[in-house]
Amino acid sequence: MARLELKNLNKTFSPKVIPVKDVSLTVEDGEFLTLLGPSGCGKSTVLRMIAGLEEPTRGQIRLGGEDITFRRPGDRNMAMVFQSYALYPHMTVSENLASGLKLKNIPRAEIKQRVAEVAQLLGLEELLNRKPGQMSGGQRQRVAVGRALVRQAQVFLLDEPLSNLDALLRERVRADLKQIFATQKAPVVYVTHDQTEAMTLSSKVAVLNNGYVQQLAPPDRIYSHPANLFVAGFVGSPQMNLLTLPCRGRYALLGDFQIPLLDIPTVPPQIVLGIRPENVRIAQPEDEHIIQGRVFLVEHLGMHNLVSVRVNSSHSEPQTVRALLPTDQVWSNEEITLALPPQSIHWFDVESGDSLVGRQRVETMS
Amino acid sequence: MFNTKTIRGREQRTAWILIVPALLMLLFVFGYPILRAFWLSLFTQNLGTRLQPVFSGFDNYSRMAGDGRFWQSFWVTIIFTVSSVVLELILGLAIALILNQKFFGRGLVRTSAIIPWALPTALIGLAWAWIFNDQFGIVNDILLRLGIINTGINWLGDPTLAMFAVIFADVWKTTPFISILLLAGLQSISPDLYEAHSIDGATPWQNFRQITLPLLLPQILIAMLFRFAQAFGVFDLIQVMTGGGPGGATEVVSLYIYSTVMRYLDFGYGAALVVVTFLLLILAVAIASLLLNKLRARTSGTT
Repeated sequence: MARLELKNLNKTFSPKVIPVKDVSLTVEDGEFLTLLGPSGCGKSTVLRMIAGLEEPTRGQIRLGGEDITFRRPGDRNMAMVFQSYALYPHMTVSENLASGLKLKNIPRAEIKQRVAEVAQLLGLEELLNRKPGQMSGGQRQRVAVGRALVRQAQVFLLDEPLSNLDALLRERVRADLKQIFATQKAPVVYVTHDQTEAMTLSSKVAVLNNGYVQQLAPPDRIYSHPANLFVAGFVGSPQMNLLTLPCRGRYALLGDFQIPLLDIPTVPPQIVLGIRPENVRIAQPEDEHIIQGRVFLVEHLGMHNLVSVRVNSSHSEPQTVRALLPTDQVWSNEEITLALPPQSIHWFDVESGDSLVGRQRVETMS
Repeated sequence: MFNTKTIRGREQRTAWILIVPALLMLLFVFGYPILRAFWLSLFTQNLGTRLQPVFSGFDNYSRMAGDGRFWQSFWVTIIFTVSSVVLELILGLAIALILNQKFFGRGLVRTSAIIPWALPTALIGLAWAWIFNDQFGIVNDILLRLGIINTGINWLGDPTLAMFAVIFADVWKTTPFISILLLAGLQSISPDLYEAHSIDGATPWQNFRQITLPLLLPQILIAMLFRFAQAFGVFDLIQVMTGGGPGGATEVVSLYIYSTVMRYLDFGYGAALVVVTFLLLILAVAIASLLLNKLRARTSGTT
């Protein structure tokens, strides 16, 4: 198979509409890359440029070392699953599956065999003679995946393939997709705005915003070491607590409490503290970084309670910290003492939004 | 009659109250004339009977079988209908495909494309009669200037050329109607289908053959049905352009019926002609709509 490289891709529709500003990525064989981002971040445009449906304004697309930037979509040997599935309504399932192979003039016997294989893999045997109009959303989705698989393409492209399914089905199909594509050797590029899909499916995630790659890393790293404020706020549910705090000496001030800053050469006047709600816990006697506040909202999430706490503050506007706490305790309008474990705290620059942990490492390395 | 205690019963009663005026209208405007024509066709009522109806059974119908002029006009109608509808479909589809592309000024072109269809047919007939005029017509003028011909062609005086001229005028007038209808159909085809097909390696021609044409078939059939019924009953355009001439070369059935009734005052026979063409038209429309329903079910995949 082949590795897929994107080099400094840019798509400019008009001076004001530039969905993709500068994107460089590499997807190796067997890798599952997810382009994750909010709507309008340029992720679909990147995918369409890979497929050849849009022509890049600048930059290069390489597949297996070959420049394919200006090649017709049909000559790229890629298979794509559309958000709308794009099944041909006038063809039966088996005709839909076979259409791409027929266009490539593959012998009839081989088409039949490959369609049968894919139908068996995806459990479509019963549906082969049905039309898309007679099938449920989940069945159509499977046919769309089947139509991509049967092509045995060099690259698989998936554009939000799960967004038209209901929540329960989505979870099941997600697991199915993971299994199916784990057996494929070709690189997969998957576009989604759903972080759960990105986390569960991919071997690598590219978080996109505003036409730029914000971070390119394996999912666990994206989660544990967000490169900037955008990634920190976008990935993770419930959202990370992001608090802009004033600094004094080597401490950041959160209400009446002091949080020691990490070892940075110059202390800025302000800094952003990030901590995920699940990392905030009820303070034990031996904890050092503690804050106190009053509970003003408890949201039941089933497994946990999401507790919103207004941190005690004698001079400034009180900040809110949200914590995921076990359900075995009940608080309402109570004083509570929380611990912020230092290893779970992220620091971000107020101006640039970049992670200061990352910057510190770069600086110590140089 | 209706059980007014249930919601359904009350709704049915309201429905009937609302429908009855329309039903009465249909009955008087369509039902009565059709039945009256059929009744009249069983009588002989012409100058020979001093315009008094004399019952003659199916005499009018047997007379029709041996009426060469009727069969001639029937044949003319078929040639006119088939050639104009086929040409209009091909041209209309081509124009619709162009109008479906993005280009500068598309809105303006789309709007102006429909103008020929919006103009009154009688005026258009008059205009085309002058355009094809053998002495002052612009067609001859252009051909002469280009040196293609040496003397003016008598377009409307030659049987074949006159037929060509009326078909040409009809195509010019009604192609916009077909292209607008087909354009609506084209716009309802999801662009995703073309993109998916292109990624699979389809050429534009394969896209057209395998996606556009099958998915546009319902609209094509509707357009065909409309145009078939209209072209079969064409009157105004030909009446104004050639009056059915020369020598009956462009005399379509409706023109013949008009002459029978209004010129020869043969009411009974005219009614019989109406009944027969009416039945033939009904048959054609029924077959077409049957096909249409089947096709629609096939493309939407609900059978």
